[in-house]
Amino acid sequence: MIDRSPSSLVKAVSRQLQDVMDPELTFLSVTDMGILRDVKFENGHIVCVITPTYSGCPATEVISEDVLKAAREIDPDAEVEVVLSPAWTTDWISLEAREKMTANGIAPPEGSSHDKAFLTGDGHTIPCPICKSKETKLISPFGSTPCKASFTCNACLEPFEHFKCF
Amino acid sequence: MHALLRLGDDALVLAQRLGEWCGHAPALEEDIALTNIALDLIGQTQSYLTLAGSLDPDAPKTDDELAFLRSESEFKNLLLVEQSNGHFGDTIARQFLFDQYALLRAEHLAQQTFDLDAAAIAAKAVKEIRYHAAHSSKWIIRLGDGTSESHSRIQKSIDDLWAFTGEMFAADDVDIAGSIAGLLPDLSALKTQWDVEIDRVLVEATLIRPKDGAMKTGGRTGVHTEELGTMLAEMQILPRTHPGASW
Ligand SMILES: [Zn+2]
Repeated sequence: MIDRSPSSLVKAVSRQLQDVMDPELTFLSVTDMGILRDVKFENGHIVCVITPTYSGCPATEVISEDVLKAAREIDPDAEVEVVLSPAWTTDWISLEAREKMTANGIAPPEGSSHDKAFLTGDGHTIPCPICKSKETKLISPFGSTPCKASFTCNACLEPFEHFKCF
Repeated sequence: MHALLRLGDDALVLAQRLGEWCGHAPALEEDIALTNIALDLIGQTQSYLTLAGSLDPDAPKTDDELAFLRSESEFKNLLLVEQSNGHFGDTIARQFLFDQYALLRAEHLAQQTFDLDAAAIAAKAVKEIRYHAAHSSKWIIRLGDGTSESHSRIQKSIDDLWAFTGEMFAADDVDIAGSIAGLLPDLSALKTQWDVEIDRVLVEATLIRPKDGAMKTGGRTGVHTEELGTMLAEMQILPRTHPGASW
């Protein structure tokens, strides 16, 4: 018999959502990314609160569908709510997730998003995620997805992406 | 509703213009940059138009309906953002002049408490626009303080677009009512801040700030240049030809 009490439903859904991955960074969960903001019980069903990373990030829709599907395996009446405020920031990305980024060849965000210089990448060194050299160069402040900038490493000569501090 | 439509339409029309560069920009990195900026603007559009469309409970409209099923005269964007892309320098000049304005406007919107939904959208947008403004400013400096060829061409781009900058600060009833309510910034104060930023970048770029001549206006009341009609025809053809189409 499944325990249907609100608190155990919240717990079960939260656990279930640990396995929902970011469609663009498939080695990171939406929980790791700070995209899943809350799981709560409201008006007799589960509500999963998510927030988009960038306003136009196409992954938001996919994430919303994936979260809904996973949550409904536990509570068939579960809903997803998308909130904009407070605005998502890379400060919410867990330390573990940052380590996974490096292991997957993506330089994680450095510093705090409150530092405007970090946001625009001025005067900050982004170490190469492959060889750890600090001799790297910004190629473009934009990249393959809204959240990344393109770099190249002068030591190992590999191009790599940096998850922008945002 | 009008104030939010203006915000949404500025973002939508500029995004559509930038999207035209997809596959055509002078370098792969810039192709990606311009289309990434477009993507951010589309996201902002979705938020602003969804909110605008929800304000009249008797005739609610979705963001898609507002984007694809309004006629040219119903669009309230600035004339600046509908101007055709021209060459890369023209696109950068248009972006630079708009980004600095959009950034100041979003900073105000994010902090006001009259409309908290609009504040939440702006708080996200402000970080994105700050990034866009940094990019367009750097290009202005690189092109202005570059070769004699790039210098003269970007100077001409700025000169050509200057007549469209007055509209950003020409306050009408919507702006004045919005400013009194607290939702919108006071445009004369915004102009002072805009001037400082524009001048700072132009000086570093060794470019000359054009003299304020006769300014072109009309976009805010739906009187557009011929550029918009052609653009909308392309942007709207699919949903108008196949109503309710989805994939
Ligand atoms: Zn390296």
